[in-house]
Amino acid sequence: MTVPIETGPLSWHNRPTDPGDSLLLRPVNRRQVLAGLGGAATFVFALSLAAGRPARADATAGGLKDVPGGDATPELFIALEADGTLKLTCHRSEMGQQVWTALAQVIADEMEADWDRVEIVQAIGHPRYGDQNTDGSRSVRRNLTRLRYAGAGMRQMLEGAAASRWNVPAAECRAERHAVVHMPSGRRAPFGDLAAAAVAQGVPAEADIRLKARSEWRYIGKPVPSLTVPMIVRGEGTFGIDVQLPDMVHAVIARPPQVFGSAKRVDDTAALAVPGVLRTVRLNSPEPPAAFKPLGGVAVIAEDTWSAIRGRDALDIDWDPGPNADYDSDTYRQALLDTARAPGTVRRNRGDVTKALGSAAKRIAADYYAPLLSQSPMEPPAAAARWEDDRVEVWACTQTPQAARSTVAAACGVDPDKVTIHVTWLGGGFGRKSKPDFVVEAALLAREVGRPVKVTWTREDDLRHGYFHAVSAQHMEGALDEQGRCTAFLHRTVFPPIPSTFDASATDPSWGELRLGASDNPFVVPNLRLETGAAPAKVRIGWLRSVANVYHAFAIQSFAAELAHAAGRDQKDYLLELIGPPRFVDPVKEGAEYDNYGDSIKDYPIDTGRLAGVVEAVADMAGWGRPLSAGHGLGIAVHRSFLSYVATVVEVHVDADGRLTLPGVWAAIDAGTVVNPRHVEAQVEGGTLYGLSNALYGSITARAGAIEQANFPAWRLMTIGESPGSFDVRIMESDAPPGGVGEPPTPPAAPALTNAIFAATGKRIRDLPVFGPGENTLGSVERVSS
Amino acid sequence: MSTKLIVNGRPLNLNVPDDMPLLWVLRDRLQMTGTKYGCGVSQCGACTVHVNGEARRACVTPVGRVAGAEITTIEGVDGPVADAVRTSWQAIDVPQCGYCQSGQIMSAVALLNSNPDPDDALIDKAMGGNLCRCATYIRIRRAIKEAARSLT
Repeated sequence: MTVPIETGPLSWHNRPTDPGDSLLLRPVNRRQVLAGLGGAATFVFALSLAAGRPARADATAGGLKDVPGGDATPELFIALEADGTLKLTCHRSEMGQQVWTALAQVIADEMEADWDRVEIVQAIGHPRYGDQNTDGSRSVRRNLTRLRYAGAGMRQMLEGAAASRWNVPAAECRAERHAVVHMPSGRRAPFGDLAAAAVAQGVPAEADIRLKARSEWRYIGKPVPSLTVPMIVRGEGTFGIDVQLPDMVHAVIARPPQVFGSAKRVDDTAALAVPGVLRTVRLNSPEPPAAFKPLGGVAVIAEDTWSAIRGRDALDIDWDPGPNADYDSDTYRQALLDTARAPGTVRRNRGDVTKALGSAAKRIAADYYAPLLSQSPMEPPAAAARWEDDRVEVWACTQTPQAARSTVAAACGVDPDKVTIHVTWLGGGFGRKSKPDFVVEAALLAREVGRPVKVTWTREDDLRHGYFHAVSAQHMEGALDEQGRCTAFLHRTVFPPIPSTFDASATDPSWGELRLGASDNPFVVPNLRLETGAAPAKVRIGWLRSVANVYHAFAIQSFAAELAHAAGRDQKDYLLELIGPPRFVDPVKEGAEYDNYGDSIKDYPIDTGRLAGVVEAVADMAGWGRPLSAGHGLGIAVHRSFLSYVATVVEVHVDADGRLTLPGVWAAIDAGTVVNPRHVEAQVEGGTLYGLSNALYGSITARAGAIEQANFPAWRLMTIGESPGSFDVRIMESDAPPGGVGEPPTPPAAPALTNAIFAATGKRIRDLPVFGPGENTLGSVERVSS
Repeated sequence: MSTKLIVNGRPLNLNVPDDMPLLWVLRDRLQMTGTKYGCGVSQCGACTVHVNGEARRACVTPVGRVAGAEITTIEGVDGPVADAVRTSWQAIDVPQCGYCQSGQIMSAVALLNSNPDPDDALIDKAMGGNLCRCATYIRIRRAIKEAARSLT
């Protein structure tokens, strides 16, 4: 079987590079440059491995190893070549949030670099970069300051090099657009000419760094076009599933239908008879907890993906279903709701909710249910691995290259230094690719087969064997006084917690999940209580874009609208009343453990003024209160997550047959300082529609422990025809520290939608998704006009 | 089992089974990975290519059935319409992760080739088989209209 098209030995180039006789700031061996890989094997960094944040070093000592946000040593991120090419290493995974562009904007701006000279090198997974887990909406918020220091440090080294060359005071030299200028004489030296001498300057101390003033920013805060899109529109760029290695074979795996199930009997005769199939490999089923371990099963190794898929279809396997065969989504749902309706464990308390409910003028209660969801990135998980002696190189679309490295090392019984994780582009992540089970599969199979192996997950694999967004039930109760003011707010939340994936005995919602929209409830009501109930996990539970914020915002923001309705008030006015006057909320004072997304509550308070600010803004954008014709309705919701504030208005139209369309959506985001407004807008659009798609159609269910949905459209995504007719975004002007952007738009989407459906029809949707399998109408509904 | 294919204008002789889907011939045999796998059952559009100028899902197209036909992929699609689509796609940064965008662009080019001035309803119909989990739909609509405008 010949391949008539010439390809390189390794198709993992993001940009063509010609190492030539370039002067690099750091040693990079030629093979790595050719392969477009970041990281230099010969470079050793001494990083503190102590838990928690080490004490800050003396800012006047040399170096930038310990600036706010981590190690900003320029050579970690910056390689300047003699021809002026500026290679910037991106240590976060690019999955569509445009992190290549954003982080490069920051460094290039502080360096005074010419944007057109920037090239990106994707970092391997290595602790020297600090945190690389591309989740939690934190690439910009944790790296803005840090990378400004790196860029400014490099700029000052270049200025110092020019000063030495010209024998003038450094203060007279200023970097400007990829050159250093001697201000009094006008002499100029291009950056490339100064690269070698700059290295010799030594890294300045933090105290000696001059960061540019905000008014001087050239790229930060500007709508700089994406660095990836010009490649994407030509089909260039390498995703995990695209990796080609010389002599590589392809693997597709038949995994046990139930988590912790195993193969009792395997007959691979028919599979081996499929042309192109080379062999099969048995993989051990894991012992609990699931963690990031492969699920086991039988791998089919073939010359190409299609033959591997056909070989898998031909496998004859008897499965032992294991301990989760009793999982049925219908009965589980009832159990969750029963738990949610019974008194639970108090996790945050203000005043006396029970007493206030008892003396209420009016009292309402509601139960909300949301099913399991799949992240379902368009690129399913995929990874390729190659062993050479006791070293393994893996190419993977991973959000978490360091965990991939340590997990592969542990699974293969080798030292982490023997494992190199090359991060490809990710065809979407949404949390699925934060779990490196698929990376481990590739490493194990490549070692067993003795050839490079690429493991491809089919769509069926992605939907059936995921780490699912938790199914949840929530019970809410509220009390109103004679004037309709809310005097008590009870929230009880029940869901199988993510910690169950790492500790099989964990059944109670963790503080880390409660702080996602439940324990940080900002409402000013005099009596407020958060309770939790236990729920055992029967599948692997994991992160999905904005995680527990999704169902917590759904319940809280739906119930806020239900309270408004009970009080006979406007949704938006009542929501603002619940939020109350501008102030900082402190859940800790009311018994909650609260870590504020790992950032300081002083820098990032729970600020009800900003929360109300986005509500007012979005109401203004949407023309809240305007007359609407029959069948139209507006819904509003607001939520703080990942230290940013987003308010959303959805307009629905419901026709006489109950068919739903979305004429318009409006969203206002306050994410503090924004690096790229163009891409923040795109994230707000995409994040909102992600939430709307899941709320409208998303449902993963299990029967006898096995997931029932196998492919599209049984697992249904919003199509272009179902997307809103218009979408307007407002980014609030702010110089506050940067908040998250990728996830915060998602949580308010679902309640804004269901509040709009209520406004249009009087039908209150408390069970998600809005549409069951195959459904396209809300059924017979009354159409209300306002 | 020698199959003659014309891919992006280049004639090829391939030794592959007739029933192997074009998608996997492109990706695994020709190492042309711009055409993406998303579902394998013609339900997501990530694998969209042109066969004699018409949009087709490569994942359910047996290679034997397109022997001798002109196959165009994202790597090779060119001409004024393709240029206009690429330009409008870049002008507002339509793609996020980009994985489905090869298919989106191939569908958009096929649409504009057959209808130079589509309205929202026609765009929604022609693009309805191309899923995008990043949900870049709002920008896809805008970019198709912008490309149409630029071609008149």
